[in-house]
Parts: sequence; C-alpha cells; structure tokens
Amino acid sequence: MKISTVGYSTKQGVKNIFRNKLFSLASIATMAACIFVFGLFFSIVMNFNYMVKKAEQGVAITVFFEEGTPDDQINAVGEALKKEEGVHRVEYVTGEQAWEEFQKDYFKGSEEAAEGFADDNPLVNSNHYEVYMDDVSKQQDIVEHAQEMDGVSNVNKSDVVAKTLTKLNKLIWYVSIAIIVILLAVSVFLISNTVTMGVTVRREEIAIMKYIGAKDGFVRAPFVIEGLIIGILGAIIPLVLLYFMYNKAVAYIMERFSLLNNIIDFIPVSEVYHMLLPIGLVLGAGIGFLGSFITIRKHLRA
Amino acid sequence: MIEFKEVTKEYSKGIAALNGVNLKIEKGEFAFIVGDSGSGKSTLIRLLMKELDPTSGSIIVNGQNLNRLKHRKIPEYRRHLGVVFQDFRLLKDRNIYENIAFALRVTETSPRIIKQKVPAALSLVGLAQKYKAFPKELSGGEQQRVAIARAIVNEPAILLADEPTGNLDPTNSWEIMKLLEEANDRGTTVLVVTHNQEIVNEMKKRVITMKKGVIVSDEKKGGYNNEN
Repeated sequence: MKISTVGYSTKQGVKNIFRNKLFSLASIATMAACIFVFGLFFSIVMNFNYMVKKAEQGVAITVFFEEGTPDDQINAVGEALKKEEGVHRVEYVTGEQAWEEFQKDYFKGSEEAAEGFADDNPLVNSNHYEVYMDDVSKQQDIVEHAQEMDGVSNVNKSDVVAKTLTKLNKLIWYVSIAIIVILLAVSVFLISNTVTMGVTVRREEIAIMKYIGAKDGFVRAPFVIEGLIIGILGAIIPLVLLYFMYNKAVAYIMERFSLLNNIIDFIPVSEVYHMLLPIGLVLGAGIGFLGSFITIRKHLRA
Repeated sequence: MIEFKEVTKEYSKGIAALNGVNLKIEKGEFAFIVGDSGSGKSTLIRLLMKELDPTSGSIIVNGQNLNRLKHRKIPEYRRHLGVVFQDFRLLKDRNIYENIAFALRVTETSPRIIKQKVPAALSLVGLAQKYKAFPKELSGGEQQRVAIARAIVNEPAILLADEPTGNLDPTNSWEIMKLLEEANDRGTTVLVVTHNQEIVNEMKKRVITMKKGVIVSDEKKGGYNNEN
C-alpha cells in the first residue's frame, strides 16, 4: 500500500469516527470501561502476587539434625537444600543463635528468668537449617527429599499457610483469566457492532468502491483504522485514569489501614505500568484491529 | 474485445435471465442494448462487471475468460471498465472534485497525477467551474456528467452505461449521450443499456435487442420501438 493511500485511509478512518459520533463514543466508552476493569484487576493481581510472593518467602521449612552429625555432613545437606527447586534461600542457625532468638521472643522484659539457664543452653542440640521458598507448591517435595538426607532427624513445615497461599494464588489466576476472556469477547463484539454500523451507513460507498476497482485492502483500511483508533483511545483513557487513581488508592489504604502497613506492601505504580501500559495498549489496539478486521472481511465477502 | 459464448444465467433453477446468449463487440464500437424490463439487459451488464457469474457458457473480455478470473484479480479487471448508472451513485458527502479523485485513489494513483487528471476530466464534461459543489447542489444532468467524468478518468477500455438517461429530461439526456459518443471517439468501447427510443433511433448505432433473456435482433445501424 502506498504512503498516500495510508494517509487517505487514515483520514477516512478518522472521518468515519466523526460521522458515526454517537456509536464511536459509545464504543470508546465501553472499551475504556473494559480496559479500566482489566487494568484494575491487573493491578490487584500484580499486587496480590507480590504479597503472596513475599509471604511465600517467609514460609520456612526447618531441618534438624541427629545429635553428633559432623559439620561436613551438615554442610552437604545445606548445599543439597539450596539446589532444590522452589528454594529461595537457606539459612543455618546454630543452637546458640536459636537460644538467643528464643530469649528475645519469650523472655523480653524478664531476662532474669532466662539467666536461670546460665551456660546451660537448652537448645544446644538444635542446630538447624531454615529453608525459605519462592514457590510454596514445591514444599512437600523438599520436605520429602530433606527427610531422606543423611543426618537429618526431623523436618518441620507450615502446611496450612503454604497450601492456602498456593490455592489462593491459583484461584486469582483462574478468575483473572476468566474476566480477561469475557472482557475481550465483549470488546470485540462492541467494535464489531460499531464497524457493522459504519459499513451499513457506507454500504453504497463500498459498492461504488468495488465497482471502480478498489481492492479489498483499500476498502477495509479505513474501517480497520477506525477500529484501531477506537481501541487505542479506549485504552489510553482508562490507563491515564488508573495511573492517578492507583497512587491515590494506595495512599488511602495506607492511611486508613495503617495497622496493616507491615503486612500489606504495594508495588509502585511505575512498576505496575511497566507491564500494564504495553499490555493495555496492545490489548486495546488488538481488539480494535481484530474486531474491525473480522467484521469488514465478513461484509466484503457478502 | 467482448465476447459472450452460449451464456446462460439462472437466478433460480429453471428461470433463466439470459439464455444461451452469443454476442461479440469489437474494440471501439458503440452499441445500444435495448429491450423491455426483465429482458436480461442488466444481467448482461452485471455479468460483464463480474458482479455475477454465468450458470453456463463463457465471457471473454480483452482475451480474458471471466470464468477463470480469480476473486483477487477482479479489482484489477474492473479498472479497465468505466461504469455509469441511472441513479448516478455519487458520494453525497464529498464534493465533485473528491468524487472523481476517488476513482483514482482506489487505484492508488499518486496525488500528483490525481491533481492533473481530475480537472481534465471535469473539463471534458463541462463542469470545471463546479468542482467544489456537492452532488445535492447539482441538477440530475450535472450529476450524471460527474458520474461520466468519474467513469472516464481512469481512461477505461470499456464504458458500460446502465440506463444513463433514465432519470433525465430530453435536453440533459442528449448532453449525456454526446459525452458518451465523445468517449467513443477517443477509442473507448461503449455499451449503453437504455429504454430511450428517441436517442437510439436518432444516433444510428449498433442496436442489440433482447427479449426474455435472448438476443432477438442485432443491427449495425438499428433502431428501437419499445412498443413492439
């Protein structure tokens, strides 16, 4: 297609939008609503995933050793654990460190009570590894592998948290996929309706174009450009809105629920938009392109 | 240039709009196709435009068998045809200049050539001064002249006119026929479907008369009596 033809088709595409003002506005508005809901959901999913990930990393498996296990055996277990799939980091805690932690947690304010133990550390034989994960779904596998390792006496795990988080994570993904599919279908249907309206209004013009030898691509181009513009506008508007709303919503939640500040941690808007902006734009342009392309193709065949 | 070989077109089983038509039109000819409503004249034009496919038989235009013309090649084929309709079929939301330029744009002619060809075509039909006017601001005769300018701007080898004077008064009808004749003088093959007895009889051109889907007469310098 020549540059002059591209220019002409773009001009006609823009004209189509103005000619069909009400329908175009309705399409842009609905598309914007769809992308807005998508963006909102995307931000929630991204943040939830982030929180789940952080929570997952806090879930540990504790691997204890039999009394008298030599250091090189303990080191070997540590190395093997690090190589396990889903492991984020492995920390070695000696009996002394464990006792210090215990004192901090349970004898705070009444340190004299702990002094009764003096040099007799009750946790002297509790050298262990704390295994932190980035994928809790692998927890059971790691526990089973660890139990089979030489020198390991006992493996503790937090089953309930891990399972709940994994289930919740999966549920969020299923719901998000379902919502995205529904939104896509609604948007394609809307764009298709707008283009059908445009085709109906311009039926005579299309017939004339074909009589005088216009190729299908030439007839199709203005409608496809119309769909693209509607799609892109329908994406830009909610993306801009969401950008400002996101920061406000985060600030509001942090202020209103200040007690949760330690638990809830939001991703900065720039990080969310690093993914949301291209996805939103491609989605808008894609829906606009596909919806109009399929519709005009159907009408040209008829 | 145009050849119909045993062409039959049935819209529904057993009812033939054209029935075994044989016709040959040479390059540079001017021919009228006359006949009552339902005689098959418009079907013949639509077949030539490759808007319809024959049920049987073959149509050859410029050595090309239309039966074998692939869908994607139809636009290219149509660029060698100029078509004029009874209802003008102009784009109402565009001015006269744009209407004619449109025919060049669809063939992806460069803007520079468009700027040269549109005024030239408008001059040929005597509407150079009205290039900014919109179709609704013109009379029926003027609108048909714009349609002719649009049909000839691509310099087609064949000009098909389907009842071009059907909506016009006698004076305008004659002006339109004069323009078609001028196009023919420049070497374009012209095929005119009409009911206009006076024009056909006056112009003394080839007249092909159709009745119930068959050619009943084909005269070199014929006439037409639509009361027969």
